[in-house]
Amino acid sequence: MFGLSIVTLTLFLPLVGMTVLLFMKEEQQNEIKWTAFGVSVATFFASLLMWIGFDNTNPDLQMVQQWAWIPQFGINYYAGVDGLSLLLVILTTFIMPIAIMSSFHAHVIEERGRAKLYYIFMLLLEWAMIGVFVVHDLFVFYVFWEITLVPMYFLIGIWGGEERRYASIKFFLYTMAGSILMLIAILYLGTNAGTFTLEGAGGILEQLANGSLTLPMGGFFSLQNLLFLGFFIAFAIKVPVWPFHSWLPDAHVQAPTAGSVILAGVLLKMGTYGMVRFNLQLFPEASVFMAPVVAVLAVIGIIYGAWVSYAQTDVKKLVAYSSISHLGFVVLGIFALNQAGISGGTLQMINHGISTGGLFLLVGMLYERRHTKALDAFGGIWKAMPVYGGISLVVTLSSMGLPGLNGFVGEFTILLGAFGSSVLGLTYTLFATLGVILAAIYMLHMFQKVYLGELDKPENIALKDQPLTWQEIAVMIPILVAIFLIGLRPAPFFATMDASVNQLVEEKLELAIPQEATESTAAIDQTVVDSEG
Amino acid sequence: MAQIVPLIILIPALGAFINTFWGSRLEERQSALVGIFASTGAFIVALLLFFNLMGNNYQEAVINPFFFDSWIRIPSAGVEIPWQMRVDTLSVTMMLVITGVGSLIHVYAMGYMHGDPRFSRFFTYLNMFLAFMLVLVTGNNFLMLFVGWEGVGLCSYLLIGFWFDKPHGEGYKNANAARKAFIANRVGDFGLLMAIFLIFWTFGTLDFYKAGEVVNTHALTGVAASQNAGHGDEHGSDASHGAEDSHSTTEDGHASIIVLTGAALQETHGDATDAHGSESASGHGETDAHGVAPDAPVYLNNDHIPTELLGVFGKAERMLAENATVQFGPFSLGIGAVITLITLFMLLGATGKSAQIPLFIWLPDAMAGPTPVSALIHAATMVTAGVYMMVRSNVLFHASDTTSFIVAIIGATTALMAGFVALGQWDIKKVLAYSTVSQLGFMVAAVGFQAYVPAMFHLVTHAFFKALLFLGSGSVIHGMEHGHHHLHDHHDGHDHDEHAIVEHDAFDPQDMRYMGGLARRMPLTYLTYLIGTLALAGIFPFAGFWSKDEILADAFLKGVEDGGLVGAGAFIALGMLLVAAGFTAFYMWRQMELVFYGEHRHDAAAHAPESAPSMVIPLLVLAFFSLTIGFMNTPSGIGLAWIAGGAHRFADWIIVSVQHAHVGVFLPLLAVVALSVGIGAILLARSIYGSGKAYVDGKDALQKTAFAPGFQLSSARLYWDETYFALFINPFIRASKFFGITLDWNWWHDGFHHALRDLFNGFGRILARPIETGIIDATVMGVGRFATWVSSWMRRIQTGYVRTYAVVLLSGAILVIIALLIPLFQNGG
Repeated sequence: MFGLSIVTLTLFLPLVGMTVLLFMKEEQQNEIKWTAFGVSVATFFASLLMWIGFDNTNPDLQMVQQWAWIPQFGINYYAGVDGLSLLLVILTTFIMPIAIMSSFHAHVIEERGRAKLYYIFMLLLEWAMIGVFVVHDLFVFYVFWEITLVPMYFLIGIWGGEERRYASIKFFLYTMAGSILMLIAILYLGTNAGTFTLEGAGGILEQLANGSLTLPMGGFFSLQNLLFLGFFIAFAIKVPVWPFHSWLPDAHVQAPTAGSVILAGVLLKMGTYGMVRFNLQLFPEASVFMAPVVAVLAVIGIIYGAWVSYAQTDVKKLVAYSSISHLGFVVLGIFALNQAGISGGTLQMINHGISTGGLFLLVGMLYERRHTKALDAFGGIWKAMPVYGGISLVVTLSSMGLPGLNGFVGEFTILLGAFGSSVLGLTYTLFATLGVILAAIYMLHMFQKVYLGELDKPENIALKDQPLTWQEIAVMIPILVAIFLIGLRPAPFFATMDASVNQLVEEKLELAIPQEATESTAAIDQTVVDSEG
Repeated sequence: MAQIVPLIILIPALGAFINTFWGSRLEERQSALVGIFASTGAFIVALLLFFNLMGNNYQEAVINPFFFDSWIRIPSAGVEIPWQMRVDTLSVTMMLVITGVGSLIHVYAMGYMHGDPRFSRFFTYLNMFLAFMLVLVTGNNFLMLFVGWEGVGLCSYLLIGFWFDKPHGEGYKNANAARKAFIANRVGDFGLLMAIFLIFWTFGTLDFYKAGEVVNTHALTGVAASQNAGHGDEHGSDASHGAEDSHSTTEDGHASIIVLTGAALQETHGDATDAHGSESASGHGETDAHGVAPDAPVYLNNDHIPTELLGVFGKAERMLAENATVQFGPFSLGIGAVITLITLFMLLGATGKSAQIPLFIWLPDAMAGPTPVSALIHAATMVTAGVYMMVRSNVLFHASDTTSFIVAIIGATTALMAGFVALGQWDIKKVLAYSTVSQLGFMVAAVGFQAYVPAMFHLVTHAFFKALLFLGSGSVIHGMEHGHHHLHDHHDGHDHDEHAIVEHDAFDPQDMRYMGGLARRMPLTYLTYLIGTLALAGIFPFAGFWSKDEILADAFLKGVEDGGLVGAGAFIALGMLLVAAGFTAFYMWRQMELVFYGEHRHDAAAHAPESAPSMVIPLLVLAFFSLTIGFMNTPSGIGLAWIAGGAHRFADWIIVSVQHAHVGVFLPLLAVVALSVGIGAILLARSIYGSGKAYVDGKDALQKTAFAPGFQLSSARLYWDETYFALFINPFIRASKFFGITLDWNWWHDGFHHALRDLFNGFGRILARPIETGIIDATVMGVGRFATWVSSWMRRIQTGYVRTYAVVLLSGAILVIIALLIPLFQNGG
């Protein structure tokens, strides 16, 4: 259409919608809501078209569109999707309509007003997030990466909870601090290559492949490793990888429900996506070198996040900390550096978006009714709201990784990959698998405290008269469908990413893994030094 | 025909589906009928599969269900895990037990759960449980087994906590019991998961056997041999004679045992013989066992299949023969060591699901669930999954002497320990719960001394008589509740909304101290309970006698035969199991005395009515089977084989799917010893508890004997829970509070932030003055000078000093951030 690729259309649809919203009046509440919702649904369908047109067997970037933006610096709008990014685009467009509809009757928007601004920020955020996943130009990526901060900052800062200002600044500050290091790395790469574009004629990847751009690797302070770290720290803060997680509980707890859903559902995935896209692809040797270290952080995150979750007395905080544990699995899978691990990690990004997003929605529904998130305030909710309880059970189980539901497929594949990884192996998997036990402990603790037990508190008994509205059920249905679909038939999802993952592993990572690595992990260190010397 | 196997899962799943979405609109009776139809439908499918196997010489089939053919498939990683199902004698045995006992329990539940506000949900869960349990036993790979494994765990969780909303903290306690079960099982699942990872990276697949693979090569070699011997004798009677002979010749050394397939079976199925008669004339064992056209090549083993195309077990055999080494990332291990590791991890899984030391602690608490659940899930089916899994993986367990020894010791210790604890329980269901743990110990121990057929045999018989006992106890509890209601409000007892919501006095309908003399009040319950008790105690000719005896005999033979670790384990286990058998008979008779004999000790017991027909009929059916099911595996040579149409029919049947199985042997002397232990224990219990002395002056009869301290210990359940709390649970919670609150929230969460903030503030203070006095002034003073400065600066950038560019951009970004943030921090961020 007008020479625009489907990727470009999908990317700019939310921006068009946002522009339309700008011209609407604050009083047109319903029109604003439904326009925003309609635009996000249209974007979702556009992204599905993308999936339909996608060729699973082609590992390269597809549906590419390239325009020069700042040619002097070799900065291009270069957008397309491959197996690694397509599912994340769909996750984004899948979560957004849900997040928008879940805000329709949000108490906090009615109380603080400015609904128009709220939906404008939502669409702006969607635009920026899709941008992060589809552009393959480092500079433009960075621009989108930073733009996502702005609407999120305001969503938390304006419509957040009691401590919203503290939380929003903290969120902004942390992520900025990480991004600056990434910016330096990006500038180094771009200026040395003369272009910021990854693929395409003379792009950074081609230059790396043909040797016209070299990133020497030899020990911790070598150039490649430092660049790796520049990217990695930015992503690690976003994910967040332990110990960079301390912004997350604040942001999650203070954000309005839709904000938490987007934060957990998509924003955190930008970090893990970045690791696959940039760390592994641009710096394979450094990835191999750093994999054991990163994996240790990931495993600590899995166990620590779960353990800390158990101590929480606030439902939302509990779910927030559980994200640290879940994303530890994702990072572990990515840094297994083999096909099973990366496929599992990518699928688990989707799964976490769906189940944790679902959990935040459910917590939000309860909060709308009870205006509290304290675990002790509840009890016996299942009896008061049977449908709500049933849905919560499914989502909780999905988050716990019950086989047959989506979370299991991801976790299993990740752990399988980590076990068979030539850079990780049995010990990492052993400890990571403990996370499966811990997940049951904190999740069932939450479920029991909130849903089971006697229905004795009058406020909770009153919930009998406030069953779920049709909109609340409508936002949960796609989540439930996705939970079962991915749980029972994940094959199409794996098939979509398979060629790209395989290319990444075979053409980059496996070449970077020294053969001696199969003998002992210590050997990696040694050979890397040798090859350099 | 075997293609219908997906139905066995779909039908209960459909039942669960209907009751989930329409249950609230259905009447109680309709909900129950949906559930009952679903489970009997599954039972019919199981029967069809059974007859199908009988008719085709136990030829196994591997089925890919329509639509759900592929599950986890990552081509580039070589991961291919299909939804694939397996119909063979082992899985069909499990299917029959699950759906058969399950259907009876569904009928019973219709009466038992009558009046419950969540009646339809109960049937949803029961059907869901059946579906998952059938996934567990029909799956042809370890991951499907794992799906069922965790799925039944979930159903167990939901059903234990079914009454989560009971008042006075009861509901919360039920939920605690449910959570405990799930978490204990998850610890086991952790082991199973690790085993699965090891299996995958060792064998490259998770499939048990691929389609077309011969499972029991021994069995088929035997058939070929017997054909050479008895060539030309194709008539049923002659063939059976030949099979009979070959069995008796193997009785002394049970190594080759496995002669069976065609001949042994066709004798009872005359029609099958006829149908296959013509084509089997040339060699029925081969053609039928493979189900291929008569002229197609016939294989007696898997030698023609390349190693990559074998399933886990076939590959394991081959790798063991080659003594291969396996590479795991940095490690490399011999195949023997790998298999030991795999089986030890599997054992951890089995100790969770099958309630063995150290993870059995959840099962006694699981009795918080409604009684039909205790019967179905926590006695007859789910808890045997661990045994099933180990028998299924017999190739691996057989290959590791170390694991076999540990399994035998764990099983026997559990049997003994739980038998002891059962002696001192007051709660009627707790006795049965510990008894179940103990009996599962028998089965696990049997796996340990590689007696796979007796393990399965005991699994089947136990399913019947333990389900009977649980349902009987449910009938008793029901009667007690009705009696209690009758006392209090003189209603007819049909308005009890929630079970055990009796006025909050000390009365507990499950406490045996309030019972006594119920034999007169509930004659049918009493009679069936007596049969169950005798079966469990292993009294001739009840079912438990045959299966328990086979386990003991096999232990003895293994001990004699095997001079190594496994033999030693078998002897140790034999001794412990004999004592455990004595405990079994003793605590069961104690229970009989406390519940049914003597005089009533509470008025409720005096008014307890017999239960409704929907509850009593399943009791009668189960009692019938508890009496007769043992005959399906009578040993040859004692003159009772005619009852089931042949000796060790069950063993012949199971052996086809279990590579290392062998037919059990009857040892008359050991049988007499075991029987005397049982009868002796009953007589002892009778002399201690009989004639009204069972419970007098607030004391158990045992407390008045020299055994009183032992009783105390048993009553306190050997302090397992307390120990676990002290060792694991409390430290876990303390550590969690420390990590979560002290470390993360109070220190790291704010501390890191404050450090960052101070850093930025510091930067801001340093930069603020020069910026204010210098740059801004300068800008105001001379815009032109500023522009010149900027342009010259820009030129410098474009000379290509990237580092300068980066540093400038960095400081610019920092300046912007600081400008943004200073006011906010000054307001007290």
